[in-house]
Amino acid sequence: MGLDKPYLDIPGTTIFDAEQSRKGYWLNQFCMSLMKPENRERFLADEGAYLDEWDMTGDQKQGVLDRDLNRLISLGGNIYFLAKIGATDGLSFQQMAGSMTGMSEQDYRAMMVAGGRSPDGNRYLHEWEKET
Amino acid sequence: MSATVTATVYTSHVPAIGVAIDLDKTDEPYWQPLFAGYEPSRQWMADNTPDVIILVYNDHATAFGLDVIPTFAIGTGARFPIADEGWGPRPVPEVEGHPVLAAHIAQSVIQQDFDLTIVNEMAVDHGLTVPLSLLFGQPEAWPCPVIPFAVNVVQYPVPSGRRCLALGRAIRRALDAYDEPLRVQVWGTGGMSHQLQGPRAGLINREFDSQFLDRLIADPTGLSEMPHVDYVREAGSEGIELVMWLIARGTMADLAGGPAPTVRRRFYHVPASNTAVGHLVLT
Repeated sequence: MGLDKPYLDIPGTTIFDAEQSRKGYWLNQFCMSLMKPENRERFLADEGAYLDEWDMTGDQKQGVLDRDLNRLISLGGNIYFLAKIGATDGLSFQQMAGSMTGMSEQDYRAMMVAGGRSPDGNRYLHEWEKET
Repeated sequence: MSATVTATVYTSHVPAIGVAIDLDKTDEPYWQPLFAGYEPSRQWMADNTPDVIILVYNDHATAFGLDVIPTFAIGTGARFPIADEGWGPRPVPEVEGHPVLAAHIAQSVIQQDFDLTIVNEMAVDHGLTVPLSLLFGQPEAWPCPVIPFAVNVVQYPVPSGRRCLALGRAIRRALDAYDEPLRVQVWGTGGMSHQLQGPRAGLINREFDSQFLDRLIADPTGLSEMPHVDYVREAGSEGIELVMWLIARGTMADLAGGPAPTVRRRFYHVPASNTAVGHLVLT
């Protein structure tokens, strides 16, 4: 009998469980390295060369170069680790979170000021599948 | 003689709140209502400063990466430096610990079957420093020692609500057995509803948050039975941080046969960046 993963039917959400953590180990550890200012400088000076120092997959490296946070999360990244990339770029957490929603920065900020995204219609996968 | 829980305090620990304080933006229209909401608590805290705070928070991939992931970690060191989370360290005082009480709690709580990780060296991130800034402002030094108590809520599975409440009760028993009269506050931080990742980012659930506050005050045991998936589905993937509030709640007298707590302050505000902010002071 496998592990119970009731969280898999929540739309637009990836739970960072042991399986994701295993996939993303070096991606996330690369992110941790950006907590040192000298590493942030080296990364920004030559992103490709810095990434090649880490045992990451080609897809993970490309995802970092593209700053594609949704892709990186699907490849095992966790938002608290990935946030170090955004911090290196001088982005706020709101800019990072908004970048994953398909909304513009202004629209996302306006949604939050208006009270945020309602849970209604956003609780179960089937609620999203109906829309498409 | 024993150490006594004189209050429990609950608050979100949104990093943008720390940025607003550090950059003197607290009077801006976006932030003013939030900081006004904490003002009565700051006044109350100034009149009721404890001897030591046990501050329950989560590390956000700062002191703990993926190399070591402790479920419950108690800071037993004398000092805890402020972490550089990628933006540079926050310009706030270092945190002074309370090694004697921390070691006592570690020994007592481990002997009550909670396998704490003992941490003598770690930097502390916004999860710990933003609550201190919210309640104490910008002092030269924090007004009392703080014992950092870190909970893993980053990699699933995080500890259950039931386990967190029971841990709080174990901490209370440890304090009861301490042979020096200390006034202790226990703070539970994180939450409320928020999701920082994926296409569902920005989720806020006022109704859930309001019920959570009601139940935390009046029915913590019932609340502690809520499964993880309900937190995530209803309050967002990062709303799971709210389980940590149950550790602080578990230290209160009513769970050891005493009277129900008094609500000194209750406040709720949306948004701070991506997050619903909730705050309680219970005595």
